[in-house]
Amino acid sequence: MTLKLGVPSKGRLMEKTFEWFGARGITLQRTGNEREYAGAVEGIDNVSLILLSAGEIPRELAAGRIHLGVTGTDLVREKLALWDQLVEPLEELQFGHADLIIAVPQAWVDVDTLDDLDAAAAAFRQHHGFRMRIATKYHRLVREFLRSGGVADYALVDSQGATEGTVKNETAEAVADITSSGETLRANHLKILSDGLVLQSQATLWRSRMAEMSDLDRKTLGEINRRLG
Amino acid sequence: MPTRSETLACAAGLRALFEAQGAALVEPPILQPADTLLELYGEDIRARAYVTSDALRGEQMLRPDFTVPVVQMHMREGAEPARYTYAGEVFRRQEHDPSRANEYIQVGYEVFDRTDPAAADAEVFALIAAGLKNLPVAPVTGDIGVLMAAVEGLNTTARRKHALMRHIWRPRRFRGLLERFAGRTPVPPTRAALLAGEAPKGAPLVGLRSAAEIDARVAALREDAAADPISARDVDLIEVLLEVRETMPNALSRLHDLAVDLPSIAPAVARVAAREKALQARGVNTGDLIFEASYGRASMEYYDGFVFGFRAETRPDLPAIASGGRYDALTRQLGQGDEIPAVGGVMRPGLMLLLEGKA
Repeated sequence: MTLKLGVPSKGRLMEKTFEWFGARGITLQRTGNEREYAGAVEGIDNVSLILLSAGEIPRELAAGRIHLGVTGTDLVREKLALWDQLVEPLEELQFGHADLIIAVPQAWVDVDTLDDLDAAAAAFRQHHGFRMRIATKYHRLVREFLRSGGVADYALVDSQGATEGTVKNETAEAVADITSSGETLRANHLKILSDGLVLQSQATLWRSRMAEMSDLDRKTLGEINRRLG
Repeated sequence: MPTRSETLACAAGLRALFEAQGAALVEPPILQPADTLLELYGEDIRARAYVTSDALRGEQMLRPDFTVPVVQMHMREGAEPARYTYAGEVFRRQEHDPSRANEYIQVGYEVFDRTDPAAADAEVFALIAAGLKNLPVAPVTGDIGVLMAAVEGLNTTARRKHALMRHIWRPRRFRGLLERFAGRTPVPPTRAALLAGEAPKGAPLVGLRSAAEIDARVAALREDAAADPISARDVDLIEVLLEVRETMPNALSRLHDLAVDLPSIAPAVARVAAREKALQARGVNTGDLIFEASYGRASMEYYDGFVFGFRAETRPDLPAIASGGRYDALTRQLGQGDEIPAVGGVMRPGLMLLLEGKA
């Protein structure tokens, strides 16, 4: 048995994760050709690298198939109910910062708070005969946030990408999406509600509470913790 | 834990009790079209019910309760008056509390009858109480209609009343709105700027919500800002009403006192009084029966009159062993122009056996 470390399999998130571990004397590498999701670890014994889609890492941690994993807070909270019983955050990695927010068209001068959104949704439903649509891929987080904010008469519509475009395309009236700089929102003439911050997320190293560990694994985890400082 | 077959046997016994009262047995399908439930409850239902789908029929839900399909069936083809009973599984997502069952057996009794609503309320309550026999459970009753009548009678704009009515079932939001309409909450700066005509202009309009809709809401906000706040006296009266929790005779005398200052609740209070008489006629000791004015606001969105629940005295951790209420408005929403006064209740045989085992 080795300690299994799940890391996003591509893009900036993978590169920044490799850099972050590298700065702590743990070299992570992809091996084989571009398309082959195999990896190697140097600088520490008894750790194997598992390359996965960032979206699958929460599930693998919860199932105990990996011991450690790097993924965003947003994905852990969205995908795992009672997440804090399944995983433990070991370290925030200080990159991959993103806020999950609720945004509406800038031209909605009458809507700036959740309270406004609820009132506008009620009027919208009366006028159009269907509920105001909010496009998102974070269904659970957004639903819980809107419920605690007392917003009714909305419907979530699934959007797995290019979410900001759904308003212009008239497949949604508002969006709930991840933003880091807000540039894409502005380019699509959207604004963030002043109390519309659902969650602040960043790349985080998680430990599975569900994965079985040998004595050697525990020792390895201790060594990793030591290097995290 | 009782086994499934023990639970089913107990359910069959309860169902027979209702059938002996002349209730027709109904068996709605487990898979329900999702659109009706979504239309009724909105997005919140997705947090409570399991949604599944196929490419042909689209989204469907594992029935989270029997009431909605029974109402639909009655409104489509039922004769009047009608009494129905059913027993079977219901399915509820439980993402926050692993100790709550996500699938359990429910037995229910529903009465569609125009002649005497107080008698129908008492009938459902008394039959369920009889079904619970000597289990250590304590009943609580309430009436959402009293609060609705109080809101209806507020000395304020129709728009504010409508907003409060929409959130009758969301206590926190209701309170927030009441405070705002009473002028007790500071106006957000962006709202103040908007009302002062200083809202940012020039952003291109994207999406389906039109400029006319935005203008209409701005006009509504101006109108609201110009309207007098709801008086402190009215807010206090609502708060006093919501705090009523007494035995039925004491609660009624409190409600009668309140009706002097809030005359709009008088007809609803008269209905509570008529119900007390009807309960007594059914042999219920109303002298001990708790009436709680805010009961049933948080969890039972379709009830709009009488509400009741039976909780286990020794097991406050368990959900209600039986519960129910009046849902006249639901028959209107599902009736496509038709409506009929209706009241019903459900029992959970699995929890009953659990309590029995402990007793």
